[in-house]
Amino acid sequence: QKVSVEVLDHLEQLALVDFRDAEGVERLQKAVQFADQLHEVNTDGVEPMDSVLEDRCLYLREDDVTEGNCTKELLENAKEKVEEYFVAPPGNIPLPKLGERETFLQGS
Amino acid sequence: QVAVALKEGRVTPTELCQRCLSLIKSTKFLNAYITVAEETALKQAEASEERYKKGQPLGVLDGIPIAVKDNFNTAGIETTCASNMLRGYISPYNATVVQKLLDQGAVLLGKTNLDEFAMGSGSTDGVFGPVRNPWSYSRQYKEKSVPKSHSEDKEPDWVITGGSSGGSAAAVSSFTCFAALGSDTGGSTRNPAAHCGVVGLKPTYGLISRHGLIPLVNSMDVPGILTRCVDDAAVVLGSLAGHDPKDSTTIQDNFKPFELPNLTDVSKLSIGIPKEYHAPGLSSEILTIWSKAADLFQNAGAKVVEVSLPHTRYSIVCYHVLCTAEVASNMARFDGLEYGHRSNMNESTESMYAATRREGFNDVVRGRILSGNYFLLKQNYEKYFIKAQKVRRLIANDFVKVFRSGVDVLLTPTTLSDAAPYMEFIKEDNRTRSAQDDILTQAANMAGLPAINVPTALSERGLPVGLQFIGRSFQEKQLLTVAKWFEKQVQFPMIQLEEVKRHDHGVFQHQKSASFS
Repeated sequence: QKVSVEVLDHLEQLALVDFRDAEGVERLQKAVQFADQLHEVNTDGVEPMDSVLEDRCLYLREDDVTEGNCTKELLENAKEKVEEYFVAPPGNIPLPKLGERETFLQGS
Repeated sequence: QVAVALKEGRVTPTELCQRCLSLIKSTKFLNAYITVAEETALKQAEASEERYKKGQPLGVLDGIPIAVKDNFNTAGIETTCASNMLRGYISPYNATVVQKLLDQGAVLLGKTNLDEFAMGSGSTDGVFGPVRNPWSYSRQYKEKSVPKSHSEDKEPDWVITGGSSGGSAAAVSSFTCFAALGSDTGGSTRNPAAHCGVVGLKPTYGLISRHGLIPLVNSMDVPGILTRCVDDAAVVLGSLAGHDPKDSTTIQDNFKPFELPNLTDVSKLSIGIPKEYHAPGLSSEILTIWSKAADLFQNAGAKVVEVSLPHTRYSIVCYHVLCTAEVASNMARFDGLEYGHRSNMNESTESMYAATRREGFNDVVRGRILSGNYFLLKQNYEKYFIKAQKVRRLIANDFVKVFRSGVDVLLTPTTLSDAAPYMEFIKEDNRTRSAQDDILTQAANMAGLPAINVPTALSERGLPVGLQFIGRSFQEKQLLTVAKWFEKQVQFPMIQLEEVKRHDHGVFQHQKSASFS
């Protein structure tokens, strides 16, 4: 089955990355096909594995402040800043819908 | 050997540093380095020299020139991950492993080239261009290659280094440094090590800190070590391993650095040969080399048994899903706000993020992010992501069963064939190539086991072929001991580089000597 345009559009919005061209879409289709091979394996009764270190206790350190005060260093790499703030364009504005924005998917 | 030379004063750290720096310049065509930190390296070398004069070197690594893959954060030095997204990004801190090496007095020469964000198996997909395998310019390769009828231009002939830590492997292989750091998520340290004829060690997951290593797949990434001999790898491992409070995935057990014994009696050893690693596409040459190695162990008295890891062939598919899923999550941090590239698009936060990411990432990265997001969609989560996690457990269990049956170490090929010519390699896309090339190395990452590539022999084309040993969790000492024994038996030939000018034959000999320990 092919991935529908709705899902493709949804992915672009979720990932904030675009398909750019037919090759990009084809790449995803192939990736899904490739992944379908997983279903050949019988995994009845098998628990999913999150980490190879699952048998060990995670290290938790004491809740003490041991470092910080590096505002200047952290701000150095940001392109737009004001005083000690990172500056972002206005938020709460959703990406234009499929029909309205420049995306390869429009043609599909 | 070089460390001894430094101690005895036969060569000074600054001389060594300068030789390496000039060698880097004369091997620029390899494109192994993205950034060369000339000034800071010389300063470090000078500081090291002071220490040696006082007779107080910090350790074996004091004054030793090293290189680091460009996905490790290095304070004050640009860290790009070979991507437009991080071009111009100057790290504010050192990755733990980098800090540890610097604390031991190592001299950081520069950052090496890789596939963009470590995604790939050729070191061909970074924004700074592909890395060339130094063996392309070796006498051994040239003697065996069919001369092209026209053009004296040797451009089309050069072979890839493998990836994604190709720059690091090329740097070690061409003598521009004595050890290099790579990263290994699916074979990214062992694959180029095999193609470049150097030792590539992937430590057990949880042994070495990942703090400062820009993550690809948090549950599988490890820093990798590339050196010219197994003893060197053990030395570097000794200075890097151990718990790091800044990386909660490092284990808390006490790690004791070790020296490798010179094994003479292998009769108590049990070597496992997993039959599934006789994978489709394995070149007959490598099959022969693998068989010879098995015979070598058997004739020396070791117990060599065929074993089975039935889920091997699913490790690539499993990796494909888990990797893209974790990548989708890890790449989300690149939005242009706090660091890295930022687009000029200013209409809204979301459109700025989208534009930044469109401009900053290449096709491979974008493709993996989109695939990953697909597998993580609510309707697909169970079917793909959870399913892949279950398959992962089956793969890890395969290894547990085999090791429990008495096998000490597994012996497998590292790659399906010797290094491909660049022009051949780029005929297929990144994902296809990765799927083909990672097949023998990936499972060790799935299970978190230590694995090492040992250069074994030269192929018909005069290129290096390596074999892989996979060991039990946290049993690096045993793994490296076996690897060292094997290394001694095979006597892998030294690369005979012709293009490189030898300014000072004497010091060059120091560098050519394989080890620094």
